[in-house]
Amino acid sequence: MLRQKGVKPRAPLRAFGTPDHYIPTTSRDLMDMQDAEARQMAIALQNDTAAAGIPFFGLNDPRQGIIHVVAPEQGMSRPGMLIVCGDSHTSTHGALGALAFGIGASEVAHVLATQTLWQRKPRSMRVTLTGKLGPGVVAKDIILALIAKISAAGASGYAVEYAGPAIDALTVEGRMTLCNMTIEAGGRAGMIAPDEATFAYIEGRPYAPKGADWDKAVAAWRRLKTDTDAVFDREIALDVSTLSPMVTWGNSPEAAAPITGRVPLLEEAANAEKRGVMERAFAYMGLTPGMPLTDIAIDRVFIGSCTNARIEDLQSAAAVVRGRKVAEGVEAWVVPGSGLVKAEAEKLGLDQVFKEAGFQWREAGCSMCLATNGDKLLPGQRAASTTNRNFVGRQGPGSRTHLMSPAMAAAAAVTGHLTDVRDLMGER
Amino acid sequence: MEPFRKLTAHAVPIDQPNVDTDQIIPARFLQKPRSAPFGDFLFRDVRFNADGSEKPEFVLNAPFRREAKVVVAEDNFACGSSREQAVWALYDFGVRVVIAPSLGDIFSANASKNGLLTIVLPAPVVRGMIDALKAEPDLEIAVDLENQTVSLPNGPAHGFEIDPYRKRLLLEGLDEISFTLGQLDKIEAFEKTYAG
Repeated sequence: MLRQKGVKPRAPLRAFGTPDHYIPTTSRDLMDMQDAEARQMAIALQNDTAAAGIPFFGLNDPRQGIIHVVAPEQGMSRPGMLIVCGDSHTSTHGALGALAFGIGASEVAHVLATQTLWQRKPRSMRVTLTGKLGPGVVAKDIILALIAKISAAGASGYAVEYAGPAIDALTVEGRMTLCNMTIEAGGRAGMIAPDEATFAYIEGRPYAPKGADWDKAVAAWRRLKTDTDAVFDREIALDVSTLSPMVTWGNSPEAAAPITGRVPLLEEAANAEKRGVMERAFAYMGLTPGMPLTDIAIDRVFIGSCTNARIEDLQSAAAVVRGRKVAEGVEAWVVPGSGLVKAEAEKLGLDQVFKEAGFQWREAGCSMCLATNGDKLLPGQRAASTTNRNFVGRQGPGSRTHLMSPAMAAAAAVTGHLTDVRDLMGER
Repeated sequence: MEPFRKLTAHAVPIDQPNVDTDQIIPARFLQKPRSAPFGDFLFRDVRFNADGSEKPEFVLNAPFRREAKVVVAEDNFACGSSREQAVWALYDFGVRVVIAPSLGDIFSANASKNGLLTIVLPAPVVRGMIDALKAEPDLEIAVDLENQTVSLPNGPAHGFEIDPYRKRLLLEGLDEISFTLGQLDKIEAFEKTYAG
């Protein structure tokens, strides 16, 4: 778009690129991409960033990975920043105290050309999370429970701040999972005020300020808290101590339920419209109303994506997998969020844990979250997936996706059906 | 960008909430260049069978819907992915207006850069329109951006809100990058004072 207009990027060093959606997870060679158009796109990204002087981690760079994993990992995403990217899960970076949201291709071109964006101030929502998470319950369960509570449109038009004691206690990686899926409630931006955990996460990372600049930056970041008398357009409260591990059964992330529950009955639909949605979901997903969720047998397991492919995610999944085997007939994959996550996991021996159990251990990328690189479910196949969307056809035409945490996906992998991970933890 | 002022045209009711952009255009078409026939990819997997034949039960394959320029949808239409190709698919099919009780925020922003008007109306009004369109498929909806009204034949004119900037983009068919670069002095002034 910019070339057509003869416009150059205004501030190339404020931009960054890395290929994630289209690249193979079996190799690090663009020439292995089967689809000629996708290969052309990946090559164009490489050439155009080079020509414009935009920093770029290519496929052969060990730091390459999913943009929403890489930028925080490099210390590029920092408190007080305004971060935009042509991907709806840009909300992830809000976990570091940035205002971050997804935009479309035209707006990406506009930002590159002008370093600005036309925006109306969104409405504000605060989600206050209290209580302590029980064993086996993690950030993914909080966000799925929240979306189930407020609906997939519940935060539409809002920027969301997550706050409260349960946020204070959450790791920065867990906060990223929470902010990441804010868009699945309709909110473009999810944010968390920076605190000591944030500073500790950023300090020492390659792009983080150093020395005196670091002290100055932290002093400025400490001021980025919501005023105590601030008034939000909407307030939501959730006690996380009441939560169980969550799974989705339908074709919207709002169709989520505790694993201890069952697929709903049509009679439980709030109205005729919801009943219609449920009927379509049951037909597409091949589910019987009222069946226990733990009776749902799976064909595939996908541990990956910008939602859940960081080192803590892989550690929590490996803890469940260790000493167990992937159930017969199940194909299970781990796709680390970045080359560095992969390397760290290998240093910790997690790759061995997964491989010995029968998992495939693959290269970093978005992979089967959205199936644009050829990694996909076959029609009718059912997956336990740590991704963010269970839409019709999301993981390939006819794909059936159940969203859950990495530990829950690992539990499903070893039993062959949706499983309450706490039952496996109890055996130890 | 083509300006949008007003139209009177057939409409297609999409009677389900949370229609996501993966439905509107499956991800496997996203790598196509803008010159590709994106209208053919619109609702691809619900509109066509794998062999390319039409699914007769899908609403876009019914009489009057093929030439629809207006989509009337339920809550949270075009939620999910930021893919601008969802706008391109609707636009290339011929759609110029989408009406719903709520829409994906990113989709609405993308629409306004491509000459597609998105209108938010109260849920009961949208419900009434969907029911009317289902009962009488040949109804034509009139949309007037200048006066910010939507109406069905013999029905009341429903006013709608629109961001004044988006309204101007659409009415004038503005090229946003040129428009903003026309105000480069303000950007430069800000950059001089901004310490970040």
